[in-house]
Amino acid sequence: MSFFFWGLIIILGGGVLSLFSGHKPKWSSFWGSVGAIIGGSIALVPATKVFFSGQTLSWRSNWSVPFGSFFFQIDAISAFFLIPILVLFIIAAIYGREYLLAYRDRKNLGVPLFFYNLLLAGMMAVVVARNGMLFLVAWEVMSIASFFLVTFEYERPAVRQAGLIYLVAAHIGTAFLIVFFILLAGQGDSLDFDRITAVSPSLTGTLFLLAVVGFGVKAGFMPLHVWLPHAHPAAPSHVSAVMSGVMIKTGIYGLVRTLTLLGPPPAWWCWTLMIIGVTSGVLGVLFALAQHDLKRLLAYHSVENIGIITMGLGVGLLGVHIHSPMLTVLGFAGGLFHVMNHAVFKGLLFLGAGAVLHGCKTSHIDLLGGLSKRMPWTAITFLIGATAISGLPPLNGFASEFLIYLGVFRNDMGEGLNHAIIAIIIIGGLALIGGLALACFTKAFGVIFLGLPRSDHAEHAHETGPGMKASMLILAAGCILLGVFSPLVITSMRHVIAALAPMELSAIQANLATAASSLGYFVKMSLLFASVAAILALVRFLLLRGRSVRQSVTWDCGYARPTSRMQYTATSFAQPLVDLFRFLLRTRKPDSRPQELFPAATTFHTDTEDGSEKYLFKPAFMGIRWVLSRWQWLQHGRVQLYILYIALTLWILLIWKLM
Amino acid sequence: MEAVVKFLNPLLGLFMAPLLLGVISRTKAVFAGRNGQPILQPYHDLWKLLRKGVVYSRCTSWIFRAGPLVGLAAAVAALLLVPFGGQPAAISFEGDLLVFAYLLGLWRFFTVLMALDTASSFEGMGASREVIFSALAEPALLIGLATAAKFTGHVSLSQIFAGLNTDAWLTAGPALLLTGTAILIVFLAENSRIPIDDPNTHLELTMIHEVMILDHSGPDLGCILYAAALKLWLLGMLFIGIMVPCRSGNVLLDGAVTMLSMLGLAVLVGIIESSMARLRLLHVPVFLIGAIALSVLALMLVMR
Repeated sequence: MSFFFWGLIIILGGGVLSLFSGHKPKWSSFWGSVGAIIGGSIALVPATKVFFSGQTLSWRSNWSVPFGSFFFQIDAISAFFLIPILVLFIIAAIYGREYLLAYRDRKNLGVPLFFYNLLLAGMMAVVVARNGMLFLVAWEVMSIASFFLVTFEYERPAVRQAGLIYLVAAHIGTAFLIVFFILLAGQGDSLDFDRITAVSPSLTGTLFLLAVVGFGVKAGFMPLHVWLPHAHPAAPSHVSAVMSGVMIKTGIYGLVRTLTLLGPPPAWWCWTLMIIGVTSGVLGVLFALAQHDLKRLLAYHSVENIGIITMGLGVGLLGVHIHSPMLTVLGFAGGLFHVMNHAVFKGLLFLGAGAVLHGCKTSHIDLLGGLSKRMPWTAITFLIGATAISGLPPLNGFASEFLIYLGVFRNDMGEGLNHAIIAIIIIGGLALIGGLALACFTKAFGVIFLGLPRSDHAEHAHETGPGMKASMLILAAGCILLGVFSPLVITSMRHVIAALAPMELSAIQANLATAASSLGYFVKMSLLFASVAAILALVRFLLLRGRSVRQSVTWDCGYARPTSRMQYTATSFAQPLVDLFRFLLRTRKPDSRPQELFPAATTFHTDTEDGSEKYLFKPAFMGIRWVLSRWQWLQHGRVQLYILYIALTLWILLIWKLM
Repeated sequence: MEAVVKFLNPLLGLFMAPLLLGVISRTKAVFAGRNGQPILQPYHDLWKLLRKGVVYSRCTSWIFRAGPLVGLAAAVAALLLVPFGGQPAAISFEGDLLVFAYLLGLWRFFTVLMALDTASSFEGMGASREVIFSALAEPALLIGLATAAKFTGHVSLSQIFAGLNTDAWLTAGPALLLTGTAILIVFLAENSRIPIDDPNTHLELTMIHEVMILDHSGPDLGCILYAAALKLWLLGMLFIGIMVPCRSGNVLLDGAVTMLSMLGLAVLVGIIESSMARLRLLHVPVFLIGAIALSVLALMLVMR
């Protein structure tokens, strides 16, 4: 445990040093990133040790706050979440140093670097805190630090708006969590997680729902996801990478931790999680398809992947409910493995988006094109990330979806119409998500990196510096390695699943071994595929030796003056799908067709507003505003009367206490 | 014996797949009252393409060159997973049907990318149609396979198809018929046949698959055409595996029946193409959602 605390201290120390050296950008960025890298690496030691051995490390001390105590513990679940958090933060710190230096003339870099390290420290504390009060404090540190990172470019109105939405959303979530912990506190005399044992069965349902909403806001469940598409595009790209790659996973962590506290799950919990999962997954990818901004598109994909993770957890929970060891293991292993995989490929994609933004000064997809020639490293790493997130072999995204699929395909679930419906929504949902994600990422990669540049932005793009390149390459290698070593990864996840499922370790190991052998065949198939492709490449090379290999124009039906503006745009590429699902997306297309015989210049744009924001949250907040405005006469600006309010409140409290 | 079958099965696919294309076009010729091209014409075409040089568009990048190879490699890998009727595939394991389906996905991913790489709006149009139709075909295929998996209690294609014998048809005939129909629709959609796409159309604006490969030439085009023939074989084999329950145990008899059924399927495709018009592009999604509905119904029948 001391390694963990030393790591925490170094991270925070680096942050503070960079805050105080903010007037010297070089030093400031040095202290901040070095603190994060060294501190993170030190904290990685206990995390990996616990992950592989399954032992727990704890540290406990008293705290004078009611129900509070300084109780930290790293168990297998914490370690499993700690590893991606630390690794991604370290890699993004390498990237962020270079990325932020572009702002050195306009900004004090000490502030974002300090909050970056504070965010890391807060997240580390969230996953090791084992006391309700401590957890809430860590949770708030995390939310506030990320708020300041989101509002880094606060001079832009859109960024301020995004920051406000994020702050409100985060605190709505926290409000639910406070109620959650108050109810838990009513059950016993301590909020230490190891002393919460007997939660009365009448309360577990309420607690589960509170946790789903409270943690769901952070995780980005539909329809609570409204902050993601605002906050991710606003934040600096390395911050988007860690927010999307690991911060939203703290919501999943909270849900998983809650499940360990609440005891055996009834059937409706499984249904709730699966339906949330499918809804988030399908709607997430559909909204992503309709986006024009790369970072907004990626933000919606986070919602999609959180959906896949939740589907996995739902399947695992169903396994616990019907006492099927194989289903439990496959569901939980698939869902949790996807947590790790998503951290890697989504981190990579956001860093790639940052490189595009850095190199072209825009992330508007329809203004880009042809970047694979100008930014070859970004292109190849982005392609690897896009293949992985579409769930395609031979990369890691497929491996985790494979486990969830396999759980439902096998006959462990049993018969019955209920289970038929579950099979249909999980299999159909995953298949549809897969197909749509393919559409979305062929659109993103194809339009941004292939073809010809669509504007001057893309024409004058330049490749990123060595640090940014290196961090993208490391994550791309991670996508490949997590795919190739997927059998090893899931067998070493046995302690995590043992902490989550009421099963013997040996039973878990046996079931994981079955799953790992299937994944082993998948790896063999991937290697076989790669070698066939290599042989084919060699054959073609030999065939073409000495033959004519000419360059010419693209087939254009004989048109004399093709321009890059004639290319298919991302909007047109997605149009059939957006139209097919218009009943969900409600995309607006102002009709601006040329009218006259000699038509004037005209423009066309589509606009897909977030449905839950427009139809759910806006009306709700308008209602709240209306109610509150009735009470506005209380707020009049006279200090004397305000003091009277305080005195009155104290007086009432005093009387209440005396009675 | 089983080892020999496992070895021969993919080889048979590699050699016989282009023949299906020949049979289809000959059937169409007969229906149109023409003599038609020789039945072995697809082999001649491939051979001719392999001996040519190539022309690349100046707009393209390495993706355009890698795409045909990735597609063919994915098709060959998938070929190792598909059983020949009731005979086991070269490689089989729990969940191989998922690897099979997603290898086809990888292939599609690269086909679409190389179309977008040419900077041509025709090819972008084809790519856009390809992704929407395959996104809808995917659930139909996987739920259909899940029906067969749930019915036989196995999760590997070889074991599933070995279990789909005449007894299976007697107990769950309607469900299997629904699944088979759904798979047939997926087969037609994924292979760009009428009523989804017309491989013989002459207008770039109405094509789907053909337009995505307009700019390929020489051995690259050969790879793509050969891979497309393999895809016809792969998905056709799924259809035949479900619809033709000949599992006598006699390898030669079963193999002959399966091969004849494949040729029969090619004739059926020829008949469909001669007797139907292509659907309007806007109506294709409805057709594919119909396939999803069929396989959902089949799964409910099996699991109820």
